[in-house]
Amino acid sequence: MTKSSGTIGDGGSRPEGRGAAGTEPRNAQESSWETVIGLEIHAQLATRSKIFSGASTAYGAPPNAQASLIDLGFPGVLPVLNREVVRMAVRFGLAIGARIARQSVFARKNYFYPDLPKGYQISQYELPIVAQGALDVVLDDGSIKRVGITRAHLEEDAGKSLHEGLGAFTGIDLNRAGTPLIEIVSEPDMRSAKEAVAYMKKVHTLVRYLEICDGNMQEGSFRCDANVSVRPRGSDKFGTRAEIKNINSFRFVEKAIQYEVARQIELIESGGKVVQETRLYDPDKGETRSMRTKEEANDYRYFPDPDLLPLALDDAFIEEVRKDLPELPDEKAARFATQYGLSAYDAGVLTASRELADYYEEVARAVPREPKLAANWVMGELAAALNKENLDVGSEKMPAARLAGLIARIADQTISGKIAKEVFEAMWAGGDSADAIIESKGLRQITDTGAIERAIEEVMAKNPGQLADYRAGKDKLFGFFVGQVMKATQGKANPAQLNELLKKKLSG
Amino acid sequence: MNSLTQLAAGLRAKQFSSVELVRAYLERIEASQPRLNAFISVTAAQALEAAAAADRDIAAGRGGPLAGVPIGHKDLFCTAGVRTTCGSRMLENFVSPYDATVVAKLKAAGAVTLGKLNMDEFAMGSSNETSHFGPVRNPWNTDFVPGGSSGGSAAAVAARLVPAATATDTGGSIRQPAALCGITGVKPTYGRVSRYGMIAFASSLDQGGVLATSAEDAALILREMAGFDPNDSTSVDAPVPDYVAALDTPLAGVRIGLIKEFLDEGLDRENESRIREALAVLERLGATLREVSLPNLPLSVPAYYVVAPAECSSNLARYDGVRFGHRCKDPRDLQDLYRRSRGEGFGAEVKRRIMTGTYVLSAGYYDAYYLKAQRVRQLINADFKRAFEEVDVLVGPTSPTAAFRIGAKTADPITMYLNDIYTIGANLAGLPALSAPCGFVGGLPVGLQIVGPHFAEARILNVAHRYQLETDWHRKLPERFA
Repeated sequence: MTKSSGTIGDGGSRPEGRGAAGTEPRNAQESSWETVIGLEIHAQLATRSKIFSGASTAYGAPPNAQASLIDLGFPGVLPVLNREVVRMAVRFGLAIGARIARQSVFARKNYFYPDLPKGYQISQYELPIVAQGALDVVLDDGSIKRVGITRAHLEEDAGKSLHEGLGAFTGIDLNRAGTPLIEIVSEPDMRSAKEAVAYMKKVHTLVRYLEICDGNMQEGSFRCDANVSVRPRGSDKFGTRAEIKNINSFRFVEKAIQYEVARQIELIESGGKVVQETRLYDPDKGETRSMRTKEEANDYRYFPDPDLLPLALDDAFIEEVRKDLPELPDEKAARFATQYGLSAYDAGVLTASRELADYYEEVARAVPREPKLAANWVMGELAAALNKENLDVGSEKMPAARLAGLIARIADQTISGKIAKEVFEAMWAGGDSADAIIESKGLRQITDTGAIERAIEEVMAKNPGQLADYRAGKDKLFGFFVGQVMKATQGKANPAQLNELLKKKLSG
Repeated sequence: MNSLTQLAAGLRAKQFSSVELVRAYLERIEASQPRLNAFISVTAAQALEAAAAADRDIAAGRGGPLAGVPIGHKDLFCTAGVRTTCGSRMLENFVSPYDATVVAKLKAAGAVTLGKLNMDEFAMGSSNETSHFGPVRNPWNTDFVPGGSSGGSAAAVAARLVPAATATDTGGSIRQPAALCGITGVKPTYGRVSRYGMIAFASSLDQGGVLATSAEDAALILREMAGFDPNDSTSVDAPVPDYVAALDTPLAGVRIGLIKEFLDEGLDRENESRIREALAVLERLGATLREVSLPNLPLSVPAYYVVAPAECSSNLARYDGVRFGHRCKDPRDLQDLYRRSRGEGFGAEVKRRIMTGTYVLSAGYYDAYYLKAQRVRQLINADFKRAFEEVDVLVGPTSPTAAFRIGAKTADPITMYLNDIYTIGANLAGLPALSAPCGFVGGLPVGLQIVGPHFAEARILNVAHRYQLETDWHRKLPERFA
């Protein structure tokens, strides 16, 4: 099992600034063209059973082992709505400040496909359960962008067609058929690939906070379609859009949009016209390809599903869900900033996932005077170590209490920050506590003035030439003496004390 | 022949065994099959086994209310291990892995299934001529249709091949064949009987019910069939009253409304006379009669032929040759698989309705057809609601005429569709309605239709039962099957 998206820096809205993915093509930013993007995010709801049947939603079972007669669309079967799915959708709606429909309607989206067993998908069309919400997204420059969410509706997933190893045949796996999805449709509010990614990450963070989706993008639990168009800067009319289907990583979203924007601009500038169509992103080639044009598009013949009554929700139910809402990412970040004196950026990073925020808080509570030091260690050494080994923040390798034990030793000056890094590495490798390592390796910082003075005097005696030069005005040699003393004390001398004493001694 | 109520009592009193009874009925079925074609599958071996088990239960004093009573199922109720064809080539070899809720409930009550009854393909038809397994013939005159779509169920009950049978009614498919075969047929309130395992034609209209020789027998079966089913989101979670206990309630003061719009130019005048004679009987029993107008009711046929095909076009999309049902030989590609599997598997009437339904749901036509039809539906619903503020039950003819000759209406679908002109309203409004025999026109039976407010099954059965205590139309038997 590889890391899920709980890893630091993967689920939040912090500025990118990492490698090529962070660079917008020049023509999109500086040319006379403006990019317009809207996302349709499909998040798989983390229920144990399917949206309309009792079959399990667990990932990875042998093909068709988790397809009930209802998922198979057998003659005579009927759907029964999973109540938990409704609760999760309402949770999401409340978290984005949306309107929760007191009555929503399931509709049939009709089309033929072998992995769509009934010949229709049960979805919501005219009356979705959630409408008119918004999310605030922090952009690279620290500014906040509000992205409107037109609607979020419930629907069932289709199955999968399998082509590999079957020769001329196509296999059908209906394990995924009937898996509950919430489709989150944004307004066309985003103006660059990076904004789109920032928004998508924000939604990703939120659904995981709400514990309504595991956010696992490799398994397809969280994926999106991107509607992309360009228009002359300053125009208030939208250009013709292309819809890029089924993108399942943040990086691919960014690359697919960048490619598509460049393609559309180039097309228009060379006298062509963008056609409304559905396109596929090919991550191997880094390009989008036409799948079908508007003319070839299905007429889905939506109509209310007569097998399901309109979904009626009363205020009491909605209030019950509201009471059960956790502290949301924005609220938590604001609290972290004030309660722990963190910068908005740090607070944002630390609240990017609920697990990370909980971890940080556990550390911060254990070293109540050092919330900033705790933040630096969590975002610095810990994050680097976890990322290196593809581990989650909840990893057994470094429980919060153990990291707090290390920070406490820095705080009480038992060790210096530099020694602390060495201790951290030993803790990471061996799983011992900071105290045990400090003891066994004799890393306790020297704070005894007499001992430090003795070390200084020895170093001065061994380096008469340098001492003379220093005293003749070569101030730069101060660093040399610091280094020599540290070397003599195996780095254990308290740096502040050393500075002070050394200055005094050297000046004679 | 004895009624189902008498048979159930006789079995409990051990006057005869279920095995004896089942053997007797199986013989009648076998003898009738070449003339009537009422059955698609006869499950003799399973029936005898179930009968023996029922006899053991009765002997041990633990039999259900229908212990050992033989019945038949319309061939769209799924039966585990026994093929369920829906009257279609598409499902000619389909064996369901599960029992429909109705089948399971009747089984639990002790009923013994003799087989699966012929029907119009996917319940689409009013004459049982669209069945892939050939037309069913009317026991009163085998040159005539039995009505449809539950034609096999109706003919079988009329010819006493089974004491009672399950059936379904989407636009009149229980009541119209009941009328044309001279028996009693009840379509309950929408949501009263579970649709789980009942192969869908038009989900918002389909309702399972019963065909029997009397209201009394129908009440006994319906009591066992009805009730909430957690597997059907449209089934209603309300207690099932004891329909049998309510049968004898006197009719004094019951307000009966004759639907004015049903006495139109399409109604056979002799048929109208039979209805008026029946109403005179009810008045004699103390009911008060008045004419009631439901002005929007004449719109029910066009509204129905938009809504029902729309739902059918979607419901029948699952028959694609991929997982079950007919699959064409050697498909070249996916399109070919779809086209030929469906083209070969479905008959002409089913295709006509799938095409109509696809058309009315298409972009640009949805508002003009589907939405408008739904609005008409609301108007009809409101008409009924108003009427039931003034009367307790509504009555009228079940069908415009008695049975017609086989082949007489197959050339013109519209003429065929108009057979349901008096029955469709109750489906659109989801109301309980029944048809009870009320005499003959030209030697063929006709029926009196009784419609009640939602969940008033007990009331309409009560009215029919009191009427049947005064008349013997329901006891008449087709000569050749006496």
